[in-house]
Amino acid sequence: MSQVSMTVNGKSASGEIEGRTLLVEFLRENLGMTGTHVGCDTSQCGACVVHVDGKAVKACTMFAAEAEGANVTTIEGMANEDGSLGTIQQAFQDHHGLQCGFCTPGMVMSAAALLADNPNPSEVEIRDYLEGNICRCTGYHNIVKAIMAAAGHDVSKIAAE
Amino acid sequence: MPADGGIGAATPRREDVRFLTGAGNYTDDINLKGQAYVHFLRSDVAHGTLNNVDTASAEEMPGVIRIFTGEDFADVGGIPCGWQVTDKHGEPMQEPAHPVLARGKVCHVGDPIAAVVAETYEQARDAAEAIEVDIDDLPAVMDMKAALADGATKVHDDLSSNLCYDWGFIEDNKAAVGEAIANAAHVTTLELVNQRLVANPMEPRVAVGDYHRANDESTLYTTSQNPHVIRLLMGAFVLGIPEHKLRVVAPDVGGGFGSKIYHYAEEAFCTFAARALNRPVKWTSSRSEAFISDAQGRDHVTKIELALDADNNFTAIRTETYANMGAYLSTFAPCVPTYLHGTLMAGNYKTPNIYVNVKAVFTNTVPVDAYRGAGRPEATYQIERVIDKAARELGVDPIALRRQNFITEFPYATPVAVEYDTGDYTATMDKLEEIADVAGFAARRAESEARGKLRGFGVNCYIEACGIAPSALVGALGARAGLYDAATVRVNATGSISVMVGAHSHGQGHETSFPQVVAEMLGIDPSMIDIVHGDTARIPFGMGTYGSRSLAVCGSAMVRATEKIIAKAKKIAAHMLEASDADIELKDGQFTVAGTDKSVAWGDVTLAAYVPHNYPIEDVEPGLEETAFYDPANFTYPAGAYACEVEVDPETGKVTIERFAAADDFGNIINPMIVDGQVHGGLGQGIGQALLESCAYDESGQLLTGSYMDYAMPRADDVPFYAVDHSCQTPCTHNPLGVKGCGEAGAIGSPPTVVNAVVDALQSAGHNVTHIDMPLSPSRVWQAMQG
Repeated sequence: MSQVSMTVNGKSASGEIEGRTLLVEFLRENLGMTGTHVGCDTSQCGACVVHVDGKAVKACTMFAAEAEGANVTTIEGMANEDGSLGTIQQAFQDHHGLQCGFCTPGMVMSAAALLADNPNPSEVEIRDYLEGNICRCTGYHNIVKAIMAAAGHDVSKIAAE
Repeated sequence: MPADGGIGAATPRREDVRFLTGAGNYTDDINLKGQAYVHFLRSDVAHGTLNNVDTASAEEMPGVIRIFTGEDFADVGGIPCGWQVTDKHGEPMQEPAHPVLARGKVCHVGDPIAAVVAETYEQARDAAEAIEVDIDDLPAVMDMKAALADGATKVHDDLSSNLCYDWGFIEDNKAAVGEAIANAAHVTTLELVNQRLVANPMEPRVAVGDYHRANDESTLYTTSQNPHVIRLLMGAFVLGIPEHKLRVVAPDVGGGFGSKIYHYAEEAFCTFAARALNRPVKWTSSRSEAFISDAQGRDHVTKIELALDADNNFTAIRTETYANMGAYLSTFAPCVPTYLHGTLMAGNYKTPNIYVNVKAVFTNTVPVDAYRGAGRPEATYQIERVIDKAARELGVDPIALRRQNFITEFPYATPVAVEYDTGDYTATMDKLEEIADVAGFAARRAESEARGKLRGFGVNCYIEACGIAPSALVGALGARAGLYDAATVRVNATGSISVMVGAHSHGQGHETSFPQVVAEMLGIDPSMIDIVHGDTARIPFGMGTYGSRSLAVCGSAMVRATEKIIAKAKKIAAHMLEASDADIELKDGQFTVAGTDKSVAWGDVTLAAYVPHNYPIEDVEPGLEETAFYDPANFTYPAGAYACEVEVDPETGKVTIERFAAADDFGNIINPMIVDGQVHGGLGQGIGQALLESCAYDESGQLLTGSYMDYAMPRADDVPFYAVDHSCQTPCTHNPLGVKGCGEAGAIGSPPTVVNAVVDALQSAGHNVTHIDMPLSPSRVWQAMQG
């Protein structure tokens, strides 16, 4: 067992880990931050996406030890300071971009990373970027729509296309 | 209607806030003090004699608490099946034993052999690798037709063969159907495969067993669509725990699509082990484990014949289907190819003669059970593919051929035992032609062809039987339990309301839509109403969520209970207003004496119900809580028409969905935003089946598609924006809300739509392709184009 320390959602966090402990396990088991989910074991589904030093990372592909000293943001850190939903979160609620909610944390984190990198993505760019995030509930329609809305697109005509 | 969101309002979902902030409470988020972890050692061969399981070395490994094998479960029941199908000779189906942990034999890759309970998950997993298992391999039974040959290896030695049942529906109609086909002007025949799928809710299954020795109480936290059903099956048939000592909690559940209906061995194990060890025991499935332990879906091999007269009227349908049950009978498995499939073989059409034969077969594969649609996608796929093939053979327009044969008068009694109460298939087809812009297709095809792509148009109709299920009918058909539902409306003293419902919400948004109904009935703000679901300790009873039943069945129970609340509240109001309760009207949360300005508010009445100073206690019992059970009089019959346009790349065979339109009739709608979302999700899964997904085994029974590396889940870039419409509404005639259910439609109607479109695209380029089995992968489409 060894010690690891990092900053998670602006607060310092540390714990005892095995060498094989994944970042997602550290978040969920050591810190009790269960918003980040595990949906597969081959790094395809994207339910565990977090930001490590500003970059979207699948927290199941990274050892906790590799995040030593890193600045980690999870879904628990995405709301506004007053607790209200952030822009992307609010767009997901407004446009029914989630159903069971299990893939949602990863979707929101991926969307945030996309919009940080490309503030005005096209529908095609959004669909392409979400290649690493699987949703089984929504058929992606309202997820793509929500991200377009969060980016400021007029999405009012989409349903009628 | 209440100011902000009664029936018909596209109210944003209240559950979203917790899911969007990481505050959901899924089963894997539950960690109990002192919990141990279990890892299941699973068979890595499909079929074999289990000679010995030597756990001695493993028991010495660090952190191991106890290792369980099949012998530990000798004194408890096996995993039960909830449905008994009677075969065409009047005999019951063959039903194999299904032990919690394998005994004597392993029957599929993934069959659990031993369970290691340790202090940590890693220790349990490490120790499992030290267990020595002695298995003599047996030939794997994989092909359904070969499995039924004389002398075939048997999956279960104590059964007479690998045939679960040979079912004829309706056997008395068989001769007339044969005669109609013999006398037909034209018969179109099609052989097709509805491939095996894996449901793949994004949350893998989890079970946490807990036990309190002091009061002998067991609690199971589990990823279930129907906690009361699990309590009943596991308590009564497996572990022998009475309901008052067994609580089952299904908290937030990350999707189900059918795969979380059933009672699974891991649930029984964790409950059993927690009692045996007197500490909580937790199991979290990996995705790899889910692929070999979650019940899978579909897997039908079918020959269908459609007979038409000289005027292109349908005169008969005859089908023969081989339906894969897998190695054991999962909870609903026997009814899927029979009563959820045979009863729908009339589709939307007035075909007078129908005969359905289904041979259900055991194989050395993971058990198969209901997956979104369950039997109805298989029925729709056959009907709509054979109609499309017939239209091409006859040189008639596929839409015109469908319109000509639509059922147009309701109620309509089909030749396959069900009666459609209402519908308007012409209206949904009219709406479809509008929203799909059928008139513009020729121009879009020309534009695609100018870019070197083939463009095809496919259309499809579907009907489904939802609102599962009328108990007397399904009892006659073999269900071992009635399928009603229940709701309890508890009005608190200050007027807020908790509604305890037997339906479970795992993405469907019940926490938002159900209060809309009660708010509408009472004229109060929906925020005063909460839905309680997923906990047998808090909810009197219920049968859960599947078969697009929640609103039609449980919602109806909720309406009935709310009606009782209104009736009692009017009595109390009448006392307060010194009037006759027959004169009391309830509107916008105010009880008024008809024709006067005397009124009393909702909250005053509810307070009077609990803490009155002056109460007619001899006439009306205090308190305001009512329960209702609802048993639907019939199934509901959602129906619709779908259209798809595809582009096919002639160089690679790759299919792209360019447009998809869905016109559905779900009867009345409570929350159109949620309904849209349900359709979108079904379309995504149906398109996945049509183009991408296939659960494949090799001939030795090894699963070839055991992860997302190999099983192609639809991604965002595989699907388009969908045009959906549900403005055609023929309300259900027999439930109080007039609702039909919308959860499965998209998955039922879309696969044949896509395949019809691809065949159209290929034929437009002169390829003589009449059918390609799903998934329409580039290689399959390319090979078909090569003739």
